[in-house]
Amino acid sequence: MNLNSVLKVIALSTVVLCTSLYAKPVYVATTAIVEHPALDAVRDGIKAVLNENGYTGDQLKFTYESAQGQPAIAAQIARKMVGDAPDVIVAIATPSAQAAVSASRDIPVVFSAVTDPVGAKLVPRLIQPGGNVTGLSDMVNVKQHLALIKEFVPNLKTVGVPYNPGEANSVAIVNALKEAAVEMGITIVESPAPKSSDVMIASKQLIGKVDAIYCPTDNTIISAFEAVVKVGIDAQVPVFAADTGSVERGAVAAVGYDYGDLGRQTGEIVIRILKGEKPGDIDVKMADGTSLFVNTTMAAKMGVKVPADVLARATQIIK
Amino acid sequence: MSLYAFLGTLEIGLIYGLVAIGVYLTFRILDFPDLTVDGSFTLGAAVAATLIVAGQNPYLATLCGTLAASCAGLVTAWLNLRFNILHLLASILTMTALYTINLRVMGKPNVALIMEPTVLSPFEGILPDMYMKVIFVAVCAIVGGLLVAWFLRTQYGLAMRAVGSNKRMAQANGIVVTEKVYVGLALSNGLVGLAGALFAQTNGFADSTMGIGTIVVGLAAVIIGESLLASRSMLVIVMSCIVGSVLYRFAVSMALNADFLGFQASDLNLITAVLVALALVFPKLRNEWKAKRAIKEQI
Repeated sequence: MNLNSVLKVIALSTVVLCTSLYAKPVYVATTAIVEHPALDAVRDGIKAVLNENGYTGDQLKFTYESAQGQPAIAAQIARKMVGDAPDVIVAIATPSAQAAVSASRDIPVVFSAVTDPVGAKLVPRLIQPGGNVTGLSDMVNVKQHLALIKEFVPNLKTVGVPYNPGEANSVAIVNALKEAAVEMGITIVESPAPKSSDVMIASKQLIGKVDAIYCPTDNTIISAFEAVVKVGIDAQVPVFAADTGSVERGAVAAVGYDYGDLGRQTGEIVIRILKGEKPGDIDVKMADGTSLFVNTTMAAKMGVKVPADVLARATQIIK
Repeated sequence: MSLYAFLGTLEIGLIYGLVAIGVYLTFRILDFPDLTVDGSFTLGAAVAATLIVAGQNPYLATLCGTLAASCAGLVTAWLNLRFNILHLLASILTMTALYTINLRVMGKPNVALIMEPTVLSPFEGILPDMYMKVIFVAVCAIVGGLLVAWFLRTQYGLAMRAVGSNKRMAQANGIVVTEKVYVGLALSNGLVGLAGALFAQTNGFADSTMGIGTIVVGLAAVIIGESLLASRSMLVIVMSCIVGSVLYRFAVSMALNADFLGFQASDLNLITAVLVALALVFPKLRNEWKAKRAIKEQI
């Protein structure tokens, strides 16, 4: 090989290397513990924000895996993702986030839809968490929710809460609810539903004991939400939800974020990391919720009037 | 598949190898389909994780998790033997009760072990984490397998095998059947609980949902192992459970990597089922081909 051809090879490989570096897409790997509309909306929200910020087409490699509800598969997915070395790992819901954090040593992990990130040991603290993990907490503002229910049911004394006692998120919400309820002079009646097939019976058991039913952001309850709605209509007890997405499925009203919003706020954290910020310097964000959804048809079916000022405030009215 | 994913798959496969051996003991040796494992896997993890968080030694915590799971096996055996409740139903009852017990043990649905000391802590820094974990669980699985294989070859183990294959004949020969069932279920669930405790420590959490489907995974591993490594030697059979479990995890891994074929994340269970089914069908087809060829040669 003469000098000339050596130079040619070097020049050519430099060009190839440069172009490949330039064209290297941003790689965001997402995973969720289970697939259902709310968690899927988080994923879609993340992708939408990335697309809006110029990470589109060839510039973005976006993968998604679902653990089908099995923590062992969540662990396997976490190993696979760390091995693929993406720029950011996004883990949706607590077990997936724990598996990802436990597997990753230096790849940034952004969690989402985790209610209690400190309790789940994902981060040591919410402000300046340090390390390579940050994310978005979806702890709901339960006081705001109880206040909304009170607007619909002025003589509110008892609120029934169907939830899965096996879900960390729901237990955290129920505990917060009980605390807030004491201050407001309301009693919380719990009704456990460990499987989605138990949701119907769990909500029926509340009838006669409660003035309203409130469904937390519980994967089990949300996946069988229509069962709660049916009980609400039959027994003329209004059903409220913690997420606005459920209003379209039959809740009378909800204030907060929808899960698409949650995904969008998660996506913004992802973008900050892609632009070079260290995850440890980004505070864990508490999800903002400002939208108010009202379902007027359901209110009528469940025997409550929609107060005029609630209707005036509503960001979306579903008929 | 990346090296990291490969080692991770191997690690989870080896941990579930202990589950497979446990399932083999009940399902094949004792002829006792035992669904307790769905609960005892979580119980092992829950007890170990709770004790570790409370500041106990991880090895002691793992031992306690294992013993607690053994007790769950004893409860199933007791329900079955003392009250004549059908084995399948007895184990479903224990499993159902364990869901609540596990929540009570942990005090909440999820206990995090990230940052806590684990059974791996004494070996930290010797090798990179990902190798260390695999070596550790491989030693656990292989030692566990060797001990079970040795046990099944002792007089006592032989008696247990006799109970499973022909209860009346065993009884007629003076073997105390009930005792063998108690010991077998305690041993089986102990192995499963150990697997749960190890899984919690290598993956950083114990969760109330982590046991769901354990029996299916264990059975799949046993059957895959059996169909690929047919043998009458106890050692080979027990080791084939571990091999089957590892292969099952690689099947899941393949399913996770199946995006290029146009599959979606939600197709995972179907793809895994098909891959496992193929593993089952293949040895049968191979035997049929062999038989056909033998006939042709005779002609």
